[in-house]
Amino acid sequence: MQIEVTNAPSPTLPRRRGRGSRFGFSTLLPYTPRHGRTCPGHPRASRNGVDARDKRGHDARYLLAMTMSALLCAAFSVTPAHAYKAYISNEKGNSVTVIDTEKLEATATVKVGRRPRGVALNKDGSELYICAGDDDAIQVLDTKTLKVTGKLPSGPDPELLALSPDGNVIYVSNENDNLVTLIDVKKKEMIGDIPVGVEPEGMAVSPDGRLLVNTSETTNMAHLIDTQSKEIVANILVDGRPRFAEFKKDGSELWVSSEVGGTVAIIDPVKRELKQKISFDIPAMSKEAIQPIGISITRDGKRAFVALGPANRVAVIDAETKKIEKYLLVGQRVWHLAFTPDEKYLLTANGVSNDVSVIDVASLKVVKSIPVGAFPWGVVVAPQ
Amino acid sequence: MKSLVAAVCLLLLASPLAAEALNVKVGVLRETHSRETLSILDIPAADDTLAGVLLGAADNNTTGKFTNQSFEATDVRLEEGDDVIAALDSLIEKGALFIIADLSPERLLAAAERAKPKGALLFNVSATDDRLREADCRANVIHVAPTRSMLADGLAQYLVWKQWRRWLLFKGSHPRDELLAQALRASARKFGAKIVEERVYEDTGGGRRSDSGSVQTQRQIPMLTQNAPTYDALIAADESDVFANYLPYRSWDPRPVAGSAGLMPTNWAPAHEQWGALQLQNRFIQTFRRLMNSRDNAAWLAMRMIGEAATRTASNDPEKLRLYMLDKDFSIAAFKGVRLTLRPWNLQLRQPILLSDGRMVVSVSPQEGFLHQVSELDTLGVDEPETKCRLK
Repeated sequence: MQIEVTNAPSPTLPRRRGRGSRFGFSTLLPYTPRHGRTCPGHPRASRNGVDARDKRGHDARYLLAMTMSALLCAAFSVTPAHAYKAYISNEKGNSVTVIDTEKLEATATVKVGRRPRGVALNKDGSELYICAGDDDAIQVLDTKTLKVTGKLPSGPDPELLALSPDGNVIYVSNENDNLVTLIDVKKKEMIGDIPVGVEPEGMAVSPDGRLLVNTSETTNMAHLIDTQSKEIVANILVDGRPRFAEFKKDGSELWVSSEVGGTVAIIDPVKRELKQKISFDIPAMSKEAIQPIGISITRDGKRAFVALGPANRVAVIDAETKKIEKYLLVGQRVWHLAFTPDEKYLLTANGVSNDVSVIDVASLKVVKSIPVGAFPWGVVVAPQ
Repeated sequence: MKSLVAAVCLLLLASPLAAEALNVKVGVLRETHSRETLSILDIPAADDTLAGVLLGAADNNTTGKFTNQSFEATDVRLEEGDDVIAALDSLIEKGALFIIADLSPERLLAAAERAKPKGALLFNVSATDDRLREADCRANVIHVAPTRSMLADGLAQYLVWKQWRRWLLFKGSHPRDELLAQALRASARKFGAKIVEERVYEDTGGGRRSDSGSVQTQRQIPMLTQNAPTYDALIAADESDVFANYLPYRSWDPRPVAGSAGLMPTNWAPAHEQWGALQLQNRFIQTFRRLMNSRDNAAWLAMRMIGEAATRTASNDPEKLRLYMLDKDFSIAAFKGVRLTLRPWNLQLRQPILLSDGRMVVSVSPQEGFLHQVSELDTLGVDEPETKCRLK
């Protein structure tokens, strides 16, 4: 028997917990960011090791270090950043947090429908569409007034959605009925649906708008759909529980993450076939904890970032050679990712630690953690 | 109509998965479970276990639309005294070489023996007996249900994490109650808990229902639990469902109850909703108008394993599917937060154990801090170095 018992906490001092405890104590404790924050000329404020403790509890003494580091960073920070607005859906907070990407701080929190997860912006950034799963609706948030102005029709429990490149059609996965539903944005009407596999989830539209991809979590396929004919043109088997899909901006590759399989599948959307799979290996971390979810690929198609869920890391991948360059330690249970439009920063929504990690894309460092609402899930950044 | 046919053909041509039509026949062998339960909420429905199989088949058939595979289930329900061999033969005759078995250990072993020369593969979805994965393990039986030792370890890890290390063990008088008590004793040793005293609740027979029965129970349970050494948790081993559900709120000392009542380790709970489980619960409730229990879930999962292996291997040959499931690349998603895989040495499915109080999922084991060199899921149950299983 080779079992060790470690980390058994005293009952009066519950530690913040990771996997298996989506109702952890994090909301009851003072916020204590746990991952590295660095800025030029300053030592790393937290270790970036890979021992077993990283994915679990963390020490409150980092709070002081992080605060010091924050002050120093603020004092020395000179690179001007554009003030974009990022919107974070808080799954258990029933709210959306707005972040100013220049100040790197939350500027507003808006109450929205219940269990908000997938978020998307319209073309000019004036409207935010929010999948409010427990309200069976896609809510429309006016990004100027920060008021919910209405809702789009959807099936029950919408989770993720994708907009056509012209911004006219929303494609939403309708998990209970194994359908992809099409919604006309202007008329706010359903204009069709497409039967797919069991538990449709991930959605993406090719840059030319002609190919829609939907991933079905229990069927374990990427369904490629012709947006003109609304017919499935190919079904590609990927690993267990595919959750998210992302095209390269030139449309040459489609990346699909499999949460339970622990891999990312690279699909050739022209030949409609699987090219290769990327798997992840983090020392001292069990394979089960590595659960790829969100994917972001830089505009030039050279680098990709993949959120690894309860592994609390974002993998940095050379998107040409598909080699993993680095693992960045972020908050706990990292779900979705979004670049600022200038690709200076990548924001990560960290479910269990109730924060957003800010990755500096040039230096590949985690530079800040921003407290947001309860269980942040989706993230999107406005174009201007 | 013609154009529709053409469109379908195009679709099939376009799909790399399109293949010759493949039909996978699955047989269900299930025993009638006792309706003698303390809580009427636990009385099994007529489609107990079967409902899980049917939902799994429906899920597989949705996928099958794209792979040109179809799945069908044939159900045989065994009453007491019915011959399991005859039932199995009838299923195999119909071409069902995958058998989802909700059987007692004796019947399961008999069926496995009979199935061997016929090349049929069995999936155990209810028997928790460790011996079926140890001395009595069989190469043609895949165990989807967890063992007693996995369940007991899942509970013990949580109790130790809570620092509730002193247990008063209260067990029933039937052989399977003793088997559960054995598993709990082993878990206590393994994880550093202490059983301060053991007591036995004698089953004197009689029914579970009576008008105003609670009046007597309220006086009886405090007496049976008084004068105990200091303890942190009252642990019940009562698989026969004779007394454990009487313990919460009635014990002499105000202590939490766990095991067969109170905080219960299980492979599935109707209140489980994390990791997308809500979707499965919704599908089940919509179709069968009742809640999914642990047998239904194991049966659904067995069907999904068959479906997953058939999809990946494009085959309905039991031996091919068995080998695929044993491959290190095989894993199955089951709404438990992690991938599930098979222990190659005894064909037991590795899985997290839910701890439910009947209303909520309180926690999920393995608990943090219980480490293992292969998989943290192998901190639950008998591990490879200790196994007595020699597959044959």
